[in-house]
Amino acid sequence: MDFLMMLATTRRVLSQLRHDHRSIALILVVPALLLTAVYFLYENESLPPGVPRTFDRVGLMMLAIFPFVVMFLVTSITMLRERTSGTLERLLTTPVHKADLLFGYGVAFSLMAALQSLVATAVAYWIFGLDIVGAPAYVVLIAVINAVLGVALGLFCSAFARTEFQAVQFMPVVVVPQILLCGLFVARDRMNDLLEAISNVLPLTYSVDALQEVAAHAEATSRLWQDVAAMGGISLGILVLAALTLRRRTA
Amino acid sequence: MSHLAAPLGTARGQDAAAVAASALRVNLGRRPVLLGIDFKIPAGGITGLLGPSGSGKTTLMRTIVGAQRIAGGTVEVLGLPAGTAALRRQVGYVTQSPSVYPDLTVEANVRYFGAMHRKGKTDVAEAIAAVGLEPLARRKTADLSGGQVNRVSLACALVAHPRLLVLDEPTVGLDPVLRADLWERFRAMARAGTTLLVSSHVMEEASRCDTLLLLREGRLLAQLTPAELSRRGHSSNLEQAFLAMIQAADHAGTAVEPETAESARRDGRLH
Repeated sequence: MDFLMMLATTRRVLSQLRHDHRSIALILVVPALLLTAVYFLYENESLPPGVPRTFDRVGLMMLAIFPFVVMFLVTSITMLRERTSGTLERLLTTPVHKADLLFGYGVAFSLMAALQSLVATAVAYWIFGLDIVGAPAYVVLIAVINAVLGVALGLFCSAFARTEFQAVQFMPVVVVPQILLCGLFVARDRMNDLLEAISNVLPLTYSVDALQEVAAHAEATSRLWQDVAAMGGISLGILVLAALTLRRRTA
Repeated sequence: MSHLAAPLGTARGQDAAAVAASALRVNLGRRPVLLGIDFKIPAGGITGLLGPSGSGKTTLMRTIVGAQRIAGGTVEVLGLPAGTAALRRQVGYVTQSPSVYPDLTVEANVRYFGAMHRKGKTDVAEAIAAVGLEPLARRKTADLSGGQVNRVSLACALVAHPRLLVLDEPTVGLDPVLRADLWERFRAMARAGTTLLVSSHVMEEASRCDTLLLLREGRLLAQLTPAELSRRGHSSNLEQAFLAMIQAADHAGTAVEPETAESARRDGRLH
């Protein structure tokens, strides 16, 4: 691991992104627009007094899901390009360590994700009056960890795609089941045993759980930190798997 | 002094070969591509790797830079087995299709690959100047012409100042003036001690090399100098000479064919 090479990689990935104004706009603006849609979707719901708005629950979870989905897509396509254009093979003939590359990517896209979630969280709080007990800083933290998770999965999945067309097909396989089972649509304790068991090993589950902790408690709970640790551990594990897919030599 | 110089001298003598292959066999998947070849590339000169397309030139180059697993035999590069981690600092590789980032500027590309070798601003500027792209340094690579992108890719290898530079068809798509410039550059690098291995299928370029490796259908047809090629092929036109040698080999080789992996392995050991 060489810190300077990692930093050079982060800088390179960010300046590639910087030349792509449309992608930056999509990354920063789309989540805010979708949040607006969710807000107006539930605008006219009639609630018994004391029951929190659906927006406060669903909107909050979406803040964590956006960076996961977007960074998964962005990373898997970028990494696939790196594999097919020959730049990856060329890089692997230089002294660069695989970890420098992977963490370089991780840091670059996490910075983007932090920006994205700052915009989305600000919109949720200030425009739509998102009402939760915990501090917004925790929401941003969880969003960034989710982005790292998306980056790790994207790096890993790109090894199994030969074309960009195949790469986007991994989204229904890898991302959609996690969104379905994370507790957004049905609370996890109301799922049947099999689905609940599956949801127990899916990383997005832990971020939704963590957000529910933030929503209910003013201070960080130990359960929140457990969830954060689980997400961090899973992300690291997937990054290690991704490193194994980077081969210096082909057969 | 002499009793000390002797062992050092022999050590240098062994180092004199920048690349040494013996009975080298390489498969791509299950298809045998290199069928047992032996050669030595002397240090500090330009070696041309020539042969028709599909003869195994790129596979041989990828093997030398350590990107390709070998199926049998050995390749030593600068005294170490190809693919050894320490070689990554000393071997530069320019792929046939330019492998650079189209969405970065010329400078950013060279800077990034330079950073992988801990090279800074001066080396980056030097490498860009060496390929004549200073006026375009701040342009996005995607906006350049094909030949210019090739030169960006070359600069990304030059920035590391490798001891061995492996170039896969570096002059494809360049106009004659640039091609001549680039060969002068290669010559200057060789004079400064760099070993260059340059593949080409333009036989006219063979005359600019010190030695030639003639590859055909996964076998080494000959290793010789351009002068020897024109003598053995009975033509001062190297293209004609190469064709004549191929035809002569075909006539001589009809009895030995067909080629199978098995016979190749046997041949490799017989060498």
